[in-house]
Order: sequence, then C-alpha cells, then structure tokens
Amino acid sequence: MTNTITDNATEVAESKATIEPKQTIEPKQTIEKVSIIVSKGSLEGIYPALIMGNGARNEGIEVNLFFTFFGMDAIHKERHDHIKVATVGNPGMHMATWAGGLPGVSALATKMMSKKIEALDFPDIPEFIEMIHDTGAGIYACLASVDLFGFTKDDLIEQVDEIITVGDFYEMAAGGQIIFT
Amino acid sequence: MTITQLAGKPVEVNDEGFLVDPTEWTEDMATELADLHGVDTPLTDRHWVVINYMRKEYFENGTGATVRKLGKASGVNTKELFQLFPKGPAKLSAMIAGIPKPKGCI
Repeated sequence: MTNTITDNATEVAESKATIEPKQTIEPKQTIEKVSIIVSKGSLEGIYPALIMGNGARNEGIEVNLFFTFFGMDAIHKERHDHIKVATVGNPGMHMATWAGGLPGVSALATKMMSKKIEALDFPDIPEFIEMIHDTGAGIYACLASVDLFGFTKDDLIEQVDEIITVGDFYEMAAGGQIIFT
Repeated sequence: MTITQLAGKPVEVNDEGFLVDPTEWTEDMATELADLHGVDTPLTDRHWVVINYMRKEYFENGTGATVRKLGKASGVNTKELFQLFPKGPAKLSAMIAGIPKPKGCI
C-alpha cells in the first residue's frame, strides 16, 4: 500500500516535471528592413519620416524612403527648402483655425520651429535628406505622383535614386516593415 | 549584466554587449569587440579616428556622438562611417570604444 502511494507520488512528480515549460532564452527580436512612405508635404509630415529613416539606418536597418503625392515636395529641387508647418486644420497648433489661416501665420510658425530645429543642431530638410542618402538609404519617387504633378527627374534633387511604380515599391519592401506618414 | 573575457580580463557587459564601466576598457579589447559585433578586422586607422573621437566625446560630454555629430566633427564623413561600421556607426563604434550606447535621435 505504502509502496503504491510512493509510486503514485513519483509518477505525479515525473508528470509535473514534463509539463514544466523548458527554460529557453528567446532570441532578441530585430527589424531588418523598413520602407517609409512619405505622403504629406508639411514639415510635420516630412520631418518625422526622416527621423525614423535616419534612426533606422543608425541601428543598421536597411531603409527605403518612398515619396508620393505632396510628400514629393521634400525631394523637389525648388520646394524642399520651403517646407512649411500646417497651421490650418492642425489641432496640435493650439490656435483657432481662422487664425491659422491668416496671411503669414504658417510662415511665422515655420520660422519659429526652424529656429528651434537649428538651436538643437538638427539638420534642415535638404541637409537631412542628403545625410540619409549618405547613410545608404534608398530614396525613391512615386511614378504616379510624378505624372500627376507633371514633374520630370530633372525637377527632383540628385539624391533620388529612381522614379518607381507602386509594384516596384512592394517588391522592394518585401519581407520588411512599412511605415506610412 | 554578464561577465565576459576581453583581452584576457573579465569585464562586465550589459544585455546589448556594451561595457558597463568604460574605464575598464583597454585598446587591445577593441579588435575582440569588433570581431564579436561583426565589424571587419583588422581595425584601420580610420576606424581608430572614430573610436578615439567617441571616447573623447564620452569623457567630455557624458555621451558618445550620434552619426550626425560624427559626420560633422570626427573627420570621417557619413558615407565612410557606414563603410567602416555598416551596421550602425555610432552604436558600433561606441561598443568597440567601450562606452555606453550614444543618446540622441539624430
């Protein structure tokens, strides 16, 4: 009788031991590639995308930046140095919509933000894109947007690697993460 | 925190592999650290320009330089930085220089 109990106890102990999860060290998760779509032409639409892209390269992550629609202003020779903060329809500005629409308000807000950016020694948009290009990130323009706005490759800054289709983009982005801004 | 052997000495490193105490670092640890973290060895003079700059920055300002600062001030430009340390110049040079991961987003 005693033996049986002991046997049972041993059996229970054994079965418990097999249920216990194995102690394994999980490998740290990493991101190998990100593709960032920049669709907005405002400072707050473009800057975060550049920070994300640059930051990813600094972590050794492969990066492709894909500029589409109004985001194309960031890679347009004559426009990339004149990117403005949106003061209308932007609750984050904490001002009345009508006030944001007054002449010169967007320019003033942009000037103030640019000063802060400079004070922190962050690069402006043209310098930032040049730097990201130097880190080895791919810089691409969207063919549909180029056609829509009537641009040619000559209208775009020299750092643009290629004008590509959405299909090319997906092929390029395959296996990585996609960020849309 | 883990203890690892570098240049024959036991050294404490954190989860990512950065030295916990930068004063424990010696120059002969650099090659071993580079091998461990996938940077081509032997380290060249250009690698050392960056490594020395990182240590100088850390001891003067409390943090190593970001890629932007390295590109502007170390004497090695952004393109070359990525050739020397393809998987992240600021992070890897800090790792090899025995200092903590640099703080800063840009």
